[in-house]
Amino acid sequence: MTKPDRAAHQSDKRVRGGKGDRVMVPPAEFRSYYGRPIVKAPVWTHDISAYFFTGGLAAGSALLAAGADLTDRPALRATGRLTALAALGASAYFLIVDLGRPSRFINMLRVAKPTSPMSMGTWIFSAFGAAAGVAAAAEAAPYLPRRGALGLAARALPTVGRAGGLAAAALAPAMATYTAVLISDTATPAWHEAYPRLPFVFAGSALASGGAAGLIGAPTAQAGPARTLAVAGAAMELTATHGVEHRMGLLSEPYRTGKAGKLLRAARVLTAAGAVGALLGSRSRTVSALAGGALLAGSLATRLGVFEAGLASAEDPKYTVVPQRERLGA
Amino acid sequence: MNSLYGPVDPAPDAGYTDAPPRMGFFTDTSVCIGCKACEVACKEWNAVPDDGFDLLGMSYDNTGGLSANTWRHVAFVEQAAPSPAAMDVLREAESTVSTQFLGMPSTTLPGATGREGRDLRWLMMSNVCKHCTHAACLDVCPTGSLFRTEYGTVVVQEDICNGCGYCVPACPYGVIDRREDDGRAWKCTLCYDRIGEGMTPACAQACPTQSIQYGELDELRERAAERVEVLHQRGVTEAKLYGHDPNDGVGGDGAFFLLLDEPEVYGLPPDPVVTTRDLPSMWKHAGVAALSMAAAAVVAFLGRRP
Repeated sequence: MTKPDRAAHQSDKRVRGGKGDRVMVPPAEFRSYYGRPIVKAPVWTHDISAYFFTGGLAAGSALLAAGADLTDRPALRATGRLTALAALGASAYFLIVDLGRPSRFINMLRVAKPTSPMSMGTWIFSAFGAAAGVAAAAEAAPYLPRRGALGLAARALPTVGRAGGLAAAALAPAMATYTAVLISDTATPAWHEAYPRLPFVFAGSALASGGAAGLIGAPTAQAGPARTLAVAGAAMELTATHGVEHRMGLLSEPYRTGKAGKLLRAARVLTAAGAVGALLGSRSRTVSALAGGALLAGSLATRLGVFEAGLASAEDPKYTVVPQRERLGA
Repeated sequence: MNSLYGPVDPAPDAGYTDAPPRMGFFTDTSVCIGCKACEVACKEWNAVPDDGFDLLGMSYDNTGGLSANTWRHVAFVEQAAPSPAAMDVLREAESTVSTQFLGMPSTTLPGATGREGRDLRWLMMSNVCKHCTHAACLDVCPTGSLFRTEYGTVVVQEDICNGCGYCVPACPYGVIDRREDDGRAWKCTLCYDRIGEGMTPACAQACPTQSIQYGELDELRERAAERVEVLHQRGVTEAKLYGHDPNDGVGGDGAFFLLLDEPEVYGLPPDPVVTTRDLPSMWKHAGVAALSMAAAAVVAFLGRRP
């Protein structure tokens, strides 16, 4: 039923796309309303991508802390617990300031709604936050007096802290991956298309950043498991991100071009360098800490890059129209 | 939990017993004259703030699209006329109202008649929230601010919304938006306050050509099918319905359209699918990723006991 397009006006313009660094898909031809976007780009700011990083860091460190607690590595345990607490504080801040009505953040707890990943995430975050907070509080035990009510607390804290830490560790994988579901469950073309892959990007990124915190904060004698987690996480992050960048046809393009492309290329270099450093630096605290820094930066860059790719894919109607046309033509 | 996909009647699916018939809009773009009375009536009735004075350089459209402050939007597309039959239909619609006085868009000299020398046409379409059977905005809303009414429509409760913004990228049509100075999400309510009183929504009430028709959705669908049939018989073969099919990706729209070109020409997605259709699969993938993460941690610690 499509008529040959004889329109002179730009409202009917056919736009050429696919001018990427590497052309993986043929240039896309499509029609649009004055080149205006069809779907709306998220109104979220970089607070949200920063939260994806801090939330992942909290999850990774909580997992690390629980393992360290069970295998008697006190320095690694303390590092994990305190990193998780700090990252949680930052997360809560980012989440609340990004609301249009921050004073109403409590409305998030009005309902528990399975069809809303943000509602599920709020409950996961709350439970995880409470448990990780208890675990972190237990690190205060050695500093409390031995007598009196505080003395009793000091004796009870390690057990309570272990329970809290284990509960946090049990929730940590959900905490690290629900954010991937959250952004995939949108009409933002590059995010929705990536839903089978993004949870692995985020899980890997969370493990890598948690491991990295351990490499920075614990002596090398205790940091063995952190090293393993950092390298395993980096491998998962790199592999899954590669899939997002190359295996989704036209919708991989926003991940390779523009701001997102730059961020994700930086993330790849930083994460790979961090993983190599972690492997080579098992005897040097300095090399380990540098590797940890690179991994943290890589994890942050990954989250920012994924976020930017989503924005770019929403702002160009090509990414909405062309895949839908292909679906209709199939 | 309501169903995520497929043809259903949304109000009973959301738990209403004895729900009234589903109400909606049929917007017939073949008779739209681009007067924007719907935009104005909507703003007046719903006290929607102005959206600034912008000259966009896009035909007669200086609004651009639907937003928190625009709940009806008239799109103007200038293009080569596809067939004399389509021009006849348009001309007939124009003759039902006096366009001269209003200064309506025209490609002929003032007062001229006949279609001689007229080789391009305007497509005009009054866009609005689709009130989807499966509404992604409602599905993802974490506060319960967005809800399904007894008429099957989707409405924001402004006293609940905390401006999380999740509904904005969730909508496959780019309808709902967050108001900048206010922080909350806003969109068409299908005049929930009017229809409860048996009144017609402001836009449909103001439309001078009955391009916007309000009524029971079942009846509107029949009426629309007849209209397409008539247009096809008159040679306007490009006329087609959009959003009428309960088997489409959003389970059918409560507000659907008759279009004279492809949807994307009007700024509509050609094959929208509610994102939550894939939600169960998303959680499954996240579950596998979460288990991999836990397994990595177990191996990291068990693999090397001190």
